[in-house]
Amino acid sequence: MSKNIEAKDLNIYYGSFRAVEGVNMSIKKKTVTALIGPSGCGKSTFLRSINRMHEVIAGAYVEGKLELDGQDLYGAGMDPVIVRRQIGMVFQRPNPFPTMSIYDNVIAGMKLNNKRASRKEFDETVERSLRGANLWNEVKDRLDKPGSGLSGGQQQRLCIARAIAVQPDVLLMDEPCSALDPISTLAIEDLINELKNDYTIVIVTHNMQQAARVSDYTGFFNIEGTGKPGKLVEMDETKTIFSQPTQKATEDYVSGRFG
Amino acid sequence: MTTTEVTPTPRTARPVTQLGDRVFAGSAKGAGILILVVLAGVAAFLLTEAFPALVAPASELPGEHNLAVYIWPLLFGTLLSALIALVIATPLAICVALFISHYAPRRIAQGLGYLVDLLAAVPSIVYGLWGVGVLAPASVGLMTWLNDYLGWIPLFAGPVSATGRTMLVAGLVLAVMILPIITAVAREVFLQAPRLHEEAALALGATRWEMIKMAVLPFGRSGLISGAMLGLGRALGETMAVAIVLSVSGVVTFNLVSSGNPSSIAANIALQFPEASGLGVNVLIASGLVLFLVTLAVNMLARYIVNRRSEFSGAN
Ligand SMILES: Nc1ncnc2c1ncn2[C@@H]1O[C@H](COP(=O)(O)OP(=O)(O)OP(=O)(O)O)[C@@H](O)[C@H]1O
Ligand SMILES: [Mg+2]
Repeated sequence: MSKNIEAKDLNIYYGSFRAVEGVNMSIKKKTVTALIGPSGCGKSTFLRSINRMHEVIAGAYVEGKLELDGQDLYGAGMDPVIVRRQIGMVFQRPNPFPTMSIYDNVIAGMKLNNKRASRKEFDETVERSLRGANLWNEVKDRLDKPGSGLSGGQQQRLCIARAIAVQPDVLLMDEPCSALDPISTLAIEDLINELKNDYTIVIVTHNMQQAARVSDYTGFFNIEGTGKPGKLVEMDETKTIFSQPTQKATEDYVSGRFG
Repeated sequence: MTTTEVTPTPRTARPVTQLGDRVFAGSAKGAGILILVVLAGVAAFLLTEAFPALVAPASELPGEHNLAVYIWPLLFGTLLSALIALVIATPLAICVALFISHYAPRRIAQGLGYLVDLLAAVPSIVYGLWGVGVLAPASVGLMTWLNDYLGWIPLFAGPVSATGRTMLVAGLVLAVMILPIITAVAREVFLQAPRLHEEAALALGATRWEMIKMAVLPFGRSGLISGAMLGLGRALGETMAVAIVLSVSGVVTFNLVSSGNPSSIAANIALQFPEASGLGVNVLIASGLVLFLVTLAVNMLARYIVNRRSEFSGAN
């Protein structure tokens, strides 16, 4: 299921503004890759370019090559809808559909792919996904209640369940814990550790400890000044980035010294 | 307030409020009370003026029939014309609003929005004249076609009116009239659909239409119902357009394409009032009371529908 991602000379634009420049990155399957860097350096922008969510913003586009196990995601004739069905995404703020029950939230993506599934298949998917997101025991008695009635941490795990219900190849997470309390954060970090057995995971985080705890590889993005494009400064195994990075900027950033 | 004066408990300190807050709270309360007073006044007027017609024996009423027999065709005509208008206008309004909010490039969307708002500014008498002068003759062909091929449906049983002044055309004119208000409300609620949920749908691999079905339409559901009810209210009470367009015979029929149609309450009042006298006036006002009650019921029903699923509305 899980696949490798390869970015080659990726430039990402908002209209005429080049937000990210020249990213070359290899992401190995069944690993967790953390993206770190100061605010505004383009981590979210790069992450959203991986599942082609970047282009839903008016005027936004991408140059360069992005491959999923050799398949060119920006190739001619590649439908972004198909890309997004293979690459799931969890957002910074939990966003379950408020008009749907917990059950319907989990199968929302599956209904898009496969409308003919039987009730039994849906039931199985719901249980498997909610168990996968460590949420099953908390919600199994109220699957028909609205998803918006859950706590923030539960909602975020519901969003993870929704994303993994369609068994994507890759899971992207943009600061998935930034709106959560420490306990919910730990629950999600544990979950990420389990999920990497099946999925390629890319996570954006501002929390150094979190990056150190959950990731196998870390990419550091930086920006030279406002209005300049963000760049991937360095990418390596997480323990290397945090102990002996080759770039001074990386060392300053991970040790908390800026500028 | 008065409670602090009646109960001698000086320690229950009043919460500190700013002057601005108090002024605003006071004027909001005043406006609320004013609305209730006006509503009660209207209801009282309708009841007292309708009362003589309600108690008079049938023999004294104009036309010498029972009040219910007089009002029923009018009520039927009112409901039927408004229903036709609603059935035609609502899907159209939803499509136009979706196009403006989610499909059209921004500049086109804005222009289209103004255009729809402009439709709302056209006086209803103009719609009436347009209906009888242009739409009615123009739709004779369509109605003949409906009658030829779908004549087995009682709605199109015919015989087709030669002038085109039929229930179907009246409903069409009403549909055009209520289109802007429903579209405007729908566009507002669609634009308010949270970006967060739209992106959630897209990230799951929804196409644009699937995204709209998942994140926009359910979110806008209660707003849509309110918009449709506003339109329905306008269609129920519309006077001039129906009075001008419809050729009336007073029969109760679902046949939409013939020249024999029931009138509507509002149109009937407008047409009959100048010549009415004595009990005749009371009868017309009694029919107005019925219209008032119907409109009230429609609005309460809309509230009920909106509230029934508010748990899932996304407001929490
Ligand atoms: N919708 C947008 N339109 C135009 N420019 C944008 C848009 N979103 C982001 N940008 C710009 O792109 C650059 C990168 O933004 P991005 O959101 O990717 O940063 P980030 O690294 O995720 O920051 P943070 O850590 O604060 O989330 C910034 O200069 C930002 O102003
Ligand atoms: Mg970001």
